[in-house]
Amino acid sequence: MRFVDTLAKSTKQIKHQNMFKIESKDVHLHYGAFHALKGINMSIEKNTVTALIGPSGCGKSTFLRLFNRMNDLIDDVRIEGKCLIDGKDIYSKEVKIDDLRKRVGMVFQKPNPFPKTIFENVAYGLRVNGISHKSFIEERVERSLKQAALWDEVKDKLKKSAMALSGGQQQRLCIARALAIEPSVLLMDEPASALDPISTAKIEELIYELKNDFTIIIVTHNMQQAGRISDTTAFFYLGELVEVDSTKKIFTNPNDTRTQNYITGRFG
Amino acid sequence: MEKPDISRKRLAEAIAFWIFRLLSLGVMGILFSILGFILYKGIHVVNWDFITKMPEDGMTKGGIYPAIIGTLCLISGSMLFAFPIGVMSGIYINEYTKDSWYRRFVQLMTANLAGIPSIVFGLFGMSLFVNKLGFGDSIIAGSLTLGLLALPVIIRTTEEALKSVDEGYRHASLALGATKLQTIRRVTLPVALPNIITGFILSIGRVSGETAPILFTVAAYFLPKLPSSMHDQVMALPYHLYVISTSGTNINESRGMAYGTAVVLILIVLILNLIANAVRRYLGKKYKTN
Repeated sequence: MRFVDTLAKSTKQIKHQNMFKIESKDVHLHYGAFHALKGINMSIEKNTVTALIGPSGCGKSTFLRLFNRMNDLIDDVRIEGKCLIDGKDIYSKEVKIDDLRKRVGMVFQKPNPFPKTIFENVAYGLRVNGISHKSFIEERVERSLKQAALWDEVKDKLKKSAMALSGGQQQRLCIARALAIEPSVLLMDEPASALDPISTAKIEELIYELKNDFTIIIVTHNMQQAGRISDTTAFFYLGELVEVDSTKKIFTNPNDTRTQNYITGRFG
Repeated sequence: MEKPDISRKRLAEAIAFWIFRLLSLGVMGILFSILGFILYKGIHVVNWDFITKMPEDGMTKGGIYPAIIGTLCLISGSMLFAFPIGVMSGIYINEYTKDSWYRRFVQLMTANLAGIPSIVFGLFGMSLFVNKLGFGDSIIAGSLTLGLLALPVIIRTTEEALKSVDEGYRHASLALGATKLQTIRRVTLPVALPNIITGFILSIGRVSGETAPILFTVAAYFLPKLPSSMHDQVMALPYHLYVISTSGTNINESRGMAYGTAVVLILIVLILNLIANAVRRYLGKKYKTN
């Protein structure tokens, strides 16, 4: 009987692994006395783009940061529930936080390249993870910059400071930097909100391409952007996940009136 | 509606501006008059012999070479001790402690350390380094005492320098799987380094001019030879200045020597500041953040 139980469990796990890349199960998060996430359940399939939308302070960025444990940096945070990547609880004791972050890349709202050369920015993740083989690093830097559609613009000035790049280029550099360590998940926290429309279009195009190799979660304030780039959209409101469905469904025929009101611009 | 009295507003603005300007010019004026006075009185004494010869005739003639070397020994000794410890303490406070009563307690204690009169450091250094640890009157005892004095400045400026580093850098580094130590070593510290060097400059200025802490721990009244090890006594510029102005063999005769010594002391601090500033600029350019 016990054996059958275990067997059932393991097949269930395998099935899970095949179906969902990322899952959150009844996740609650408190900042001190503030209840920021209220029982979030969500499952995200591999190689999809999921957009998190909702008004400021609704918890979408907090939810995003669960998956590379950036919330851990904040004092006085309490997390309950389960966050799974590839079926494994990323908050369990066996998980080393730097190993997790190697697998789950992140791009921030404000482009934040290091005050180093363009090359060293992309190589950084490799170096801190103990890779020092020169030609390997060179190859990987080139590949990542190509993936981030930045190579042609910077290939002649890899030794120049990243600070000399434009905001849009800096953000693509940050994407290249995240890609260099080959994560399987990419978290993006309003990656285009500080950029001009042309740079934004480039980033969006890029996200569409990257979907083939990565599972992407993106926080955005821009409804059109969510509509253009995502497969699934999740609407957060006051710490709750109000609705998650295919982007098409959310934008044409949402189930919840709050979603309807938000996407049609009645509040937010 | 009442007509706003613009002319009065403008007048107040102009008066405030001129008060601020005059006061800051006044401060600069004080600095320049001190420098000018010392230079006027002392510069004619300073020549090659003065900085390379031993004192002669009861310190009324000859040079101040051993005091220059002594002061340089004490500056480098104290910095060698205080700079790494101070920077590491600053890193600990800003990067490793949370904003809690504990951090505030450590900060308060550091601030208190800075408020202790330097003569007390001198007495402490004498009882701990000279007597208890048995170093005797020596460069090492003097350097450690001066180092203690410099610590709070270095800790405080390191803390401030780290605090001003954009949080985005730390997050970016951690998000790439770097550990906290890697983040500090490869990103946070290099970015903060130019400002940390400011603390270094400030403490060199402080250390090189202090007399009280070296009085009982290292300084020699008259010692016309160079130190051969860390355990030797040395002459030092500020103490030498004190000696030949107050208790020399012939105070009137050595008056010129005293001003010359002051000029050399000021020049040493100035030169060290210029060097440190050049390093600061170089690093600032290398890790330019905008």
